[in-house]
Amino acid sequence: MAKKDAPPRWDRKMQQRLARGEAAALGELYDRFASLVHGLAHRVLGDERAADGITREVFVHVWEHPEAYDPKQGPLRSWVAGLTHRLAVQRLRATETAALTQDTEGSTEELERKVRHASVAARADYIVQSMPTPLRAALELAYFQRRDYRQAAADLSITEDEARRRLRLGLQLLSTAHDTGAPGAPPGYGGAA
Amino acid sequence: MSGAGGFEAHDEQGGYEGRGAREGSRDREVFPEDTEKMSDGLGNGDDDTGNAGDDHESGQGADAHDAGGAGSAGDGGPDDPEDPEGNGSQGTDPHHTPRIPLPRASVEDTGRPLPALEEPVPSVPLVLEHRVLKALLGAWALAACSAEETAAVEDHLGVCGACADEALRLRGAVGLLQRPESLDLDPGLRTRVLDGCLDRRPPRIPVPEWATPYDAETARLDALLQDFGDAEWHAPVRLRWFAADEATSRRTTVAGVMAHLMSVDGLVAVALGLDDPMGEVPADAPTPAGRTEAYWRASHFPPTRSVRTPWREQSHDLVRTVSFTGGTSGKLEVAYGDFVLPLHDAMLDRAFECWVHAEDIAQAVDYPYEPPSPRHLNRMIDLAARVLPAVLAERRQKGLASPAHGRHLVSAGGPGRTLRLEIEGLGGGEWLIPLDSPAAAGSAEHEVAHVALDGVEFCQLAAGHVPPAEAAAGQRGDREAIRDVLFAAASLSRM
Repeated sequence: MAKKDAPPRWDRKMQQRLARGEAAALGELYDRFASLVHGLAHRVLGDERAADGITREVFVHVWEHPEAYDPKQGPLRSWVAGLTHRLAVQRLRATETAALTQDTEGSTEELERKVRHASVAARADYIVQSMPTPLRAALELAYFQRRDYRQAAADLSITEDEARRRLRLGLQLLSTAHDTGAPGAPPGYGGAA
Repeated sequence: MSGAGGFEAHDEQGGYEGRGAREGSRDREVFPEDTEKMSDGLGNGDDDTGNAGDDHESGQGADAHDAGGAGSAGDGGPDDPEDPEGNGSQGTDPHHTPRIPLPRASVEDTGRPLPALEEPVPSVPLVLEHRVLKALLGAWALAACSAEETAAVEDHLGVCGACADEALRLRGAVGLLQRPESLDLDPGLRTRVLDGCLDRRPPRIPVPEWATPYDAETARLDALLQDFGDAEWHAPVRLRWFAADEATSRRTTVAGVMAHLMSVDGLVAVALGLDDPMGEVPADAPTPAGRTEAYWRASHFPPTRSVRTPWREQSHDLVRTVSFTGGTSGKLEVAYGDFVLPLHDAMLDRAFECWVHAEDIAQAVDYPYEPPSPRHLNRMIDLAARVLPAVLAERRQKGLASPAHGRHLVSAGGPGRTLRLEIEGLGGGEWLIPLDSPAAAGSAEHEVAHVALDGVEFCQLAAGHVPPAEAAAGQRGDREAIRDVLFAAASLSRM
């Protein structure tokens, strides 16, 4: 159940409950983030069982190291997404490297390209899921429903100006998925998202 | 129009068709020289569609670079009967070649040209100021503006570097839009992940074992509700149960079922000192049905999806609270109005109800739904088997069951006439049900009847979804005793 704008209070309380070793908190954490974690891992790895494995790793990590999350750095959701991203990309790189040593066909370049694509696609998914609902709704209409911006404005009962603004802003947010930041800190999972 | 066909073919490669093609396309978006090549081909294609008739006159205007671009990127170029040189025209203004790839089709469109391109390019170009054109970039990148606006934006991109950069970036972002993958998580994954975590770091405050079926069943139901739209929330559901040995039913909706679960779970919440979800609404009677009917009636509108959040919060709160009160809360009792259950049995009962109603909901919206895990199913069956002797005694008092045999011979804790309940399948087992008194002990030596049923079938019977006379049970022995037990099992059901 993805709840938007969960207050940071929830995040801090969750962290305290996990640190206290409350199993019920772990269940709630899973209920809130499992589909996010599994979805991102699946986007990177393209495999159900591998995504299951990452899901397990992510929750084990949070359960064993709840103190690793710093509420001052942003929402728990972003932190969990960033952790998932890191672990999934790590797994992809490991499996692709293993395949590379067995198969002379591939190249390191291809591997890096594949990793980069998977990484950007997963970040883009996260950005779309996390962007304000009005922006997502406008993109959804224009892209998936093929409505032009005037029709989208009518559908959403907003001005045409506003429809244009939302489409542009939504794409601007989405385009940050291409940005690469410092290694180890996947971009796109910032506090604003 | 084959120029447009070429454009279209290229376009599909460029983004949304098939996963294989997508990999390649990303590259093109990333590397500038490829983008350049692409835009040339597309630019020509565009002009082909709009001004096919002008091609021969103005075709010579295209420079060598453009011709190469059209040949290599625009698949349709060389085969274009209207453009034998394979180089499209630059239209009216060769200096305004768009630097940016043109609108691309979305996934639903295969082989059809974009609507905007079918409209003739306006003879009088739209003149818009920079500010307006900039604001249009998002809509343009999504192919969501008019043909006039598209042309105006593209003219502008040839002369405005800042807008061209942003256009490139936004067009690249469009390529990142993907349909969300179906997120039907394997419900068993939750248990596996949580167990894995708890193995690695044992909890200081565990969820009591008798509360884990409720925890698992509420999580499963919540996952079922995940993707429900309004149609599903308002789908009709018929609640069925047995009252006075007659099949009874009550019509409601999916949201109504959730309101029912929430108001009855509230009995446990109240017993634990948590807030009553009924709020100020006075229940007709302190029973599951009395609370539900009052809750339904109290709102002016039928329940909606908004019931999901408070239901889920309450179920999380229950699991959390019983974890803290732990051992001691096992002695707490939950009053259901006309009967009382110890807290740990009440939590099992709520898990059972949650599953039964999740089945009702799943059936109403035509979704598949699995039975609980064998371990949990076993505990639910065990609860029913444990309460059967008391229910039998009560029914006997009301004259609904045959009189006890040799009542005076059965001392408390002593063996008495017994029915062997054999539950088959995963989660099954054997239970010895004392027939004459709840105080008697079941005894294999005093077995007078044997009933064999599948676990899920038995639960359907106890839920009132299968009439006792029709329950697919293997039977041997005292027919009267068997009938009494099957009817008693059905009488466990309620709204």
